[in-house]
Amino acid sequence: MSTYEGSPASPARLPGRGLSRFLHRHRNVRLVALLVAPMTWLVLAYLGSLAALLITSFYSVDSFTTKMVKEFGLGNYRDILSESVFRRVTLRTVGVAAAVTVVDLVLALPIAFYLAKVASARVRRALIVATTIPLWASYIVKAYAWRTFLDPVGGLMKKLFGASPGFGLTSIVIVLAYLWLPFAILPIYAGLERLPDSLLEASADLGGRAGATVRRVIVPILTPAFIAATIFTFSLSLGDYITVDIVGGKTQLIGSVIYDNFGPNPPLAAAFAVVPFIAMVIYISLIRRSGALENL
Amino acid sequence: MYLSSLTRRLLGAATAVVLTFLYAPILYVFLLSFNRSKSVIFSGFTLHWWPDAFGDGEVRTALWGSVKTATVATILALVLGSLASFAVHRFRFFGREAVSFAVILPIALPGIVTGIALNSAFRQVLGIRLGFKTLVIAHTTFCIVVVYNNVLARLRRLPGNLEEASADLGAGAGQTFWYVTFPLLRSALFAGGLLAFALSFDEIVVTTFTAGAGFTTLPQFILGKVTRPNELPVVNVVAVTVVLLSIIPAYVAQRIAGEGSLRASK
Repeated sequence: MSTYEGSPASPARLPGRGLSRFLHRHRNVRLVALLVAPMTWLVLAYLGSLAALLITSFYSVDSFTTKMVKEFGLGNYRDILSESVFRRVTLRTVGVAAAVTVVDLVLALPIAFYLAKVASARVRRALIVATTIPLWASYIVKAYAWRTFLDPVGGLMKKLFGASPGFGLTSIVIVLAYLWLPFAILPIYAGLERLPDSLLEASADLGGRAGATVRRVIVPILTPAFIAATIFTFSLSLGDYITVDIVGGKTQLIGSVIYDNFGPNPPLAAAFAVVPFIAMVIYISLIRRSGALENL
Repeated sequence: MYLSSLTRRLLGAATAVVLTFLYAPILYVFLLSFNRSKSVIFSGFTLHWWPDAFGDGEVRTALWGSVKTATVATILALVLGSLASFAVHRFRFFGREAVSFAVILPIALPGIVTGIALNSAFRQVLGIRLGFKTLVIAHTTFCIVVVYNNVLARLRRLPGNLEEASADLGAGAGQTFWYVTFPLLRSALFAGGLLAFALSFDEIVVTTFTAGAGFTTLPQFILGKVTRPNELPVVNVVAVTVVLLSIIPAYVAQRIAGEGSLRASK
């Protein structure tokens, strides 16, 4: 390079060239330059907020002045565990999340199987897009659309079939199962695609009927894919409050308790928000070894 | 593989039923936006509500709020997501796994957790008033991941020696980026940006906690009116608009970047 120095057209004289050289020689400077902005953002804006939430959950609210008392205590967590209202809400929420997960797995298996093993390559590509696109169609619009179906007074189901589950637990399960269904289909499809046809044929050759093949070959091999599917259906159901608000009538789930307490009692709301957070951290760390996370 | 034709037909039928189940509610709202009556039962065709809805000042304010938020959040997410993906792709360093984790966490946790965490941080820790700025900060946080995923996937497919060749030929860091790296990444950035826009445009939960009372987006407008039968025609039109403005970018992104691009991010 040095022989060209002095020539006016030389790249060495271009502005910024010194900086390029400096960056090239200092690897760590390059790394820090790349990371400083995104990490400052995520760590300060996001992890900092989560830490603030956790700290708030140990505070309490003075019942006379309604002001927050910034002293550490486990009172909120004790209330969540001991008060029967909160226990019922927690159990109901876990029940709803479990029901949604089961409904989604049952609905997802046949379509995932069709995609992976029956459809031609072209049809498969089109169907995968068709399954994914509804995920991007606004959550609130989908919940609202279901309200027009389920409304016990003048809703479409009432009009067509003369009956509707109305606003309550059943409707919450239907709508949440609807909302998260693509999250269940895609990992199960990915798992089935990796399952060699020869295993299914071997099962048939050995006299296994369809039911036995599903139970004894497909389900065991697909377990990681099923678990991957449940991460979404379960976690998203645990924290939902808008669907509960739109089609749940007076039903309360963890999400709605967090929302309702957020104004009057932020520490209690924070403690309740820590519940799904901890539940998911435990769940994810338990299944980490199953290989399910590679199926996401 | 071999399956009896009955099994194939049953599986095909089940697939058709599930797809109908997935699309029926969305299509029904499209239909309702042309419904003559104000009820949720279709009773005749009219174009009446469309100009009505867009003439409504409240709707226009909310639309502008959504577009502004999604645009600024997308631009910030493009910069931050690309930087993080470059760092993770090019370097092996202590805490590399933690970077991926920090990027993905905002969409892996339920929206309400993210929402109240940011709300407490803004109001109690930092003492900032909620509004457009806090909303953009919140949206950028969960949009970074889509850009990061798309750019990282592209970087992994690119041969690394192109940039070395550029440097050997005498280009500086800026020239290499502008003439070599950026053109190779352009479509991945475009796809990631579209997805970030779509993700921000229809977000409701985090928005509720970070926008404050003075700022509305279209999804918030819908949530506020859902239980008022008299205003449903306007809600239907707004609902269709929100769906189109998030589905179309997502579909285009998918055409550009392939099937994988939509997955892990949503």
